Amino acid sequence: MAAPFAWIRAEPHGIHVVPADCWIDPSLPVPNALVTHGHSDHARGGHGRTVATPETLAIMELRYQTREGAMPVQYGETIRLPGGVDATFVPAGHVLGSAQIVLDHAGERVVVTGDYKRRPDPTCPPFEAVPCDVFVTEATFGLPVFRHPPIEREIGKLRDALRREPDRCVLVGAYALGKAQRLIAELRRAGHHDAIFLHGALERMCRLYEAFGVDLGELRLVADARREELRGATVICPPSALNDRWSRRLPDPITAMASGWMRVRQRARQRNVELPLIISDHADWDELTATIEEVDPAESWITHGREEALLRWCQLHKRRARALALVGYEDEDD
Amino acid sequence: MERFAALLDALVYTRGRNAKLALIADYLRTTPDPDRGWALAALTDALDFPAVKSSTIRNLLTERVDPLLFALSRDFVGDTAETASLLWPQASDDAMPPPSLSEAVGLLQGMTRASVMSELPRLLDRLDADGRYALFKLATGGLRVGVSARLAKTAFAQGFGVPVEEVEEYWHALVPPYAELFAWGAHGAPPPDTGELPLFRPFMLAHPLEDAVLDLEDYVAEWKWDGIRVQIAHAGGETRLYSRTGDDVTGSFPEMAEALGFPAVLDGELLVRGTHQGGEVGGAASFNALQQRLGRKTVSTRMLADYPAFVRLYDVLILEGEDVRELPWTERRARLEALMPRLPAERFDLSPVVEADHFEHLAEIRAGARDEAIEGLMLKRKDSAYVAGRKTGLWYKWKRDPLLVDCVLMYAQRGSGKRSSFYSDYTFGCWDGDPDEGAELLPVGKAYFGFTDEELKQLDRYVRSHTVNRFGPVRETDRGVVFEVAFDSVHASRRHKSGLAMRFPRISRIRWDKPAHEADRIETLRALVRD
Repeated sequence: MAAPFAWIRAEPHGIHVVPADCWIDPSLPVPNALVTHGHSDHARGGHGRTVATPETLAIMELRYQTREGAMPVQYGETIRLPGGVDATFVPAGHVLGSAQIVLDHAGERVVVTGDYKRRPDPTCPPFEAVPCDVFVTEATFGLPVFRHPPIEREIGKLRDALRREPDRCVLVGAYALGKAQRLIAELRRAGHHDAIFLHGALERMCRLYEAFGVDLGELRLVADARREELRGATVICPPSALNDRWSRRLPDPITAMASGWMRVRQRARQRNVELPLIISDHADWDELTATIEEVDPAESWITHGREEALLRWCQLHKRRARALALVGYEDEDD
Repeated sequence: MERFAALLDALVYTRGRNAKLALIADYLRTTPDPDRGWALAALTDALDFPAVKSSTIRNLLTERVDPLLFALSRDFVGDTAETASLLWPQASDDAMPPPSLSEAVGLLQGMTRASVMSELPRLLDRLDADGRYALFKLATGGLRVGVSARLAKTAFAQGFGVPVEEVEEYWHALVPPYAELFAWGAHGAPPPDTGELPLFRPFMLAHPLEDAVLDLEDYVAEWKWDGIRVQIAHAGGETRLYSRTGDDVTGSFPEMAEALGFPAVLDGELLVRGTHQGGEVGGAASFNALQQRLGRKTVSTRMLADYPAFVRLYDVLILEGEDVRELPWTERRARLEALMPRLPAERFDLSPVVEADHFEHLAEIRAGARDEAIEGLMLKRKDSAYVAGRKTGLWYKWKRDPLLVDCVLMYAQRGSGKRSSFYSDYTFGCWDGDPDEGAELLPVGKAYFGFTDEELKQLDRYVRSHTVNRFGPVRETDRGVVFEVAFDSVHASRRHKSGLAMRFPRISRIRWDKPAHEADRIETLRALVRD
């Protein structure tokens, strides 16, 4: 009999499901890929066949201009891969279409979370905890200093700034896939019904969310607005545009950024942010550790982020764990 | 406490000086006494809570958090107080309500080394993460929110529409929470009485000359001595010695306290007697010698004998109760010269005027100055009154050109504050012989500024991809980058393996183009020692 979990291997450029010759979130082109979600460090182009949720495939099509080899699978649906491996896509609560991939083979179950969070998000279904033998978890915010505050408090900070400075605008840097749409949806939920202005780079992704039934209210492009209309308004752009020449057209913007990294003051200062909004699409420390306890795996494999600290936590709590040295995953501007 | 915490956070995220002034001014106007007084004391670093040290914070945390998790967190966050504020376990909802700033100050003042480990946690439990951060910063001093004492006083002046010079003038007569100062500023009460106290008066400061050419009809030149600028004040039978920042340094220089016996406030350079500087009688030793005397709480007889201090006088502010600051420099100089016979010669001398026919002549004199006790020249407008701070056009400093040497980057360490996570502190070395013959690099100095943010990013990338060894937070790099290092002087030092220590080193240029083996050798640097 083969050693436990020998059928799944962590290689530098992805997780290899050996009997099916499939790769999860590979960083190089492969014949068969299973993709957890649409962020570009997980969903790269050029694979022969790509299995993912319809939402993730639509996001990838937007980015790579092709549907070739796309094979959609719904949440909860199980597909049979070669070599006797069953793969089930389960919501991860990270962004639209994000999924954990549950793999069953020879009586063993491995769950690959991709990126995930535990907080409610109006733009995607919530994370579902699946008991398993091996739990392959992310660790982006895997340090005990990261405890994300309630999103209501952060949205409140943004709306306070708008009220306090009616002649300025609040310019929020937000990751183009997921964060921007969640921010808009949360503003709507808090009763903010004014038009929200977008940097051109965010438009297509917002339209895609709307096409999948996420209501984002009235959205307009900064390019189509007069300067006067932007006073007192919320403007959203990708983080890279925050300190760019582009923002000069705005009326004296208050620079904000929606990211879990904003928890650390000097991170905010390094990005010239005046109004840090601690909003993350990843699990914070308490959620990472609580999730491991809830899923209660025989082993945890930690993929990317601050794996050292989470590994230490597992050790302190007598849980078997190891860090995987995967390449190509980035500390995105979450 | 919540308002104070919000003020600190706003200051952290606000860059412009005017915006910071407006934030502080608004806080001081709208916050009740005595909270605003304690906040002003915190901003000017006037508070001291001896029972709370940064080691106290570390100890409290290691009782509650795994040491490795704490270390990893501290390394990421780059600031112990902030790390601790985030790691502190959130108390249950039935904790006592958050304290006011005054209450927090009172509780901190009441803590002793014996009680702090039980009392500080109770106070922390009443605060959220931002409040805990503010409390740690308050308790350990050094807020590091980019606000100097001067800026805080300026904000007070701006908030209440009073002249900042007057705030400075009264400042040293007062103690936190400055009830009299707020009574005067906010409610128009009479100003605090300063007559019979040996108080610090704000210094007049100089702008760098840059490339300007001045007319010596209007300006007079003096040497800029390489000691520490001091003010010596006598009033009410007591003498005090103040540093540039207004710190009372009398205790380190008791011989100076005995040397002034009549009411006056004088401005000069504190130096230590030495014979090897210029070799003449009445000469001064290098800054290195003066350093032996700085920061000492008690001074031994031996110290007093080996490194006797004196003040080389530049100016007079107050004489026998008369404030002469409004008089032009020429008249103050005449008074100062007339005063000299009344002062003991072993403790005071007069900084001489440097005679030059015209500006080019002066430039020659400056270029020829080899004495290590001379930092450059001062140019003072002859008709200038003695005004606090840096007023354009009155006084200029014209420093000597720095010395330059090419060094090789050896080690890099992560910075703190806004440079946390960047490798921004660099140790560099020179060759101890011919590198092509197998010579080694010996560290000669360390610098963490002189480069742009963009260059910092490039260096950070370089360090990360060229690491050959790690020692905790320090990375040893391959010997591939040459820095042109600028420094003011170099001295013999037993602290370093190279036997040399640079004064005020900074990265002048990054020589990506220069091969490491062409960097300078130790002997080049040693030849520049002037001790």
